[in-house]
Amino acid sequence: MTGYILRRLVQSVVVTVLVSIIVFILLHTLPGGLVRAQLGPRASRLAVHDLAVQEGLTKPLPAQYLIWAWHALQGNLGFSYKENQSVASLLGEYLPRTMLLVGAAILLAVAVAVPMGLWQGMRRNRWDDHVMTGTMMALYSMPSFFLGIILIVLLNLDLHAFPSTAVNYGGSPGTDVADLVLPVLTLCLGNVTYFSRYMRSATIDNLLENYVRTAYAKGASSQRVLIKHVFRNSITSTVTMLGLTLPYVISGSLVIEALFDFPGVGLLFWNAAQARDYPILLGVILVVTLATILGNFLADLAYAVIDPRVRYT
Amino acid sequence: MSETLPPAAGTTAYRVDELEVVPVGDPAGIDSFQVTDGGDVYRNTSPLREAFAIFAENKLAVASVVVLVLLVAFSFLGPLVYHSAQASSIIRQNQPPSGSFPLGTTPNGRDVLGRLMIGGQSTLEVGFAVAVFATVFGLVYGLVAGYFGGIVDSVLMRIVDALLSIPYLFFVVLLASLVIPNLLLIIGVITAVSWLSTARLVRGEALSLRTLDYVHASEGFGARRWWVQFRHIAPNLLGVVIVNGTLKVADAVLIFAAIGYLGMSVPPPATSWGVMLSSGITNLFDGYWWQLWPPGALIVITVLCVAVLGDGLRDVVERRLQKR
Repeated sequence: MTGYILRRLVQSVVVTVLVSIIVFILLHTLPGGLVRAQLGPRASRLAVHDLAVQEGLTKPLPAQYLIWAWHALQGNLGFSYKENQSVASLLGEYLPRTMLLVGAAILLAVAVAVPMGLWQGMRRNRWDDHVMTGTMMALYSMPSFFLGIILIVLLNLDLHAFPSTAVNYGGSPGTDVADLVLPVLTLCLGNVTYFSRYMRSATIDNLLENYVRTAYAKGASSQRVLIKHVFRNSITSTVTMLGLTLPYVISGSLVIEALFDFPGVGLLFWNAAQARDYPILLGVILVVTLATILGNFLADLAYAVIDPRVRYT
Repeated sequence: MSETLPPAAGTTAYRVDELEVVPVGDPAGIDSFQVTDGGDVYRNTSPLREAFAIFAENKLAVASVVVLVLLVAFSFLGPLVYHSAQASSIIRQNQPPSGSFPLGTTPNGRDVLGRLMIGGQSTLEVGFAVAVFATVFGLVYGLVAGYFGGIVDSVLMRIVDALLSIPYLFFVVLLASLVIPNLLLIIGVITAVSWLSTARLVRGEALSLRTLDYVHASEGFGARRWWVQFRHIAPNLLGVVIVNGTLKVADAVLIFAAIGYLGMSVPPPATSWGVMLSSGITNLFDGYWWQLWPPGALIVITVLCVAVLGDGLRDVVERRLQKR
């Protein structure tokens, strides 16, 4: 188990370093370079030169990378001149909200998808399996903002149940929960299909395994077989999916935060993209990617905990 | 009965009563049969015909092909038949559906039905172009990584891992913010995030194909590594890669719709279904339903059909793999 965790840890670190190099390269392919991106096209040559010296941009590239990486490690991700705030403090404000949104959506999606996939696997190719598969396909086929609009029309315009914007999110705990409902629901429904599909096919595969037949032959009730054997073996692949779908869910949060005016990193990123505020764009990309890598790593840890076979290899 | 079969070039002519038609139990469940004269066996199924037969069994997949063809015809041939008002005009803004405007007009006074055709062109072009470019690039990248192996392979694939862990929509929006969007650049930007999973898939499949007997046989005959990789392994990957490529169309259409919503898509007067849908959302509270539901429905139908088509193709590929 230690070997497995160590291997995954080394892999995560390697990928992290590569991501930081990619972000650094992006930083330097910006039109006009980093200084122009901060000062704008009309800055004087002197100002450009001063800032370039101040930011260490006259040094050779590898040295610049090391300095930048060292700063990033210390939490210094640059300064947004447009927001007049450091990128790190902006992230500190916006990131927790997105983590809450994404975390709640994933938890809800798993809570829906696991029983549903298990049910579908048992009732394979019956009418209810087809209905559920069809519904999931339809949800997958919808752009997330279209799904969000449908929910707004149903739950906000027709039923007046939940607010259609979360612009004041973070104001008071009472309204916060209501504000979260539609964004979380939209993000969850858009991603539930990834999990339920895997759970369904894993269940179907496992139902055909010999140990299931043996368990039945030993006289175990179908309930016991399902929970002790099929569920336990099927959940592992879904947990792996959890890590792999994280980039999709976080991507989804970008659109959904824009749709609901939810003040998370997605909205921060979108506003920065329209303002061409590159320090924010690159800082957000770096942090969001690190969160993904961390999430992947945690999913692998959970996988090792759930599946004893991993522990002994 | 003593008809003679017309002899094909280089074959012997048989009388029908000399031949015996033997039905063959086929795992694909197709009515295939063998013709035998006691010695030689002639099968009626070519691999391609067999693939078609398996595909045709899946009625939903066949229906989705029909719908996709209709959508392409609607977008590309529609404007030739249906001439609509596409100049912006302040006197016919936001008109509800009527005889002269079957689906009403946009906030700029353009005919929605005609606009759907134009938007369909860019949407379908992006979907198919991204799928083709991403598949070709991912295929070559994965094969090259596998060809070199060792440290080159590790470096190439870790780069893919790193890029895959960047949430793709953030990456797309960043790249789109660096350029002034036009259709070609948008295709490039979406391709930049789409080829990654193909490369990883190809790499994995190529690794597992390497262990098969015919690869060993070819290596035993002294074949060079590039020959094995591109002559033997690449063609056998095609099935899996085509299925993957089909699903890429769906993903590309969805990403294109998302960047349309985020305002990073083609600038007017060009449009896409995603752009139309997002402008419909802006006017949601005014009750202009005809601006919202038609483009939304077309996106959903397109993605759904492509996904069902992909499932149908997967059936074909998996059945053929089972027979091997």
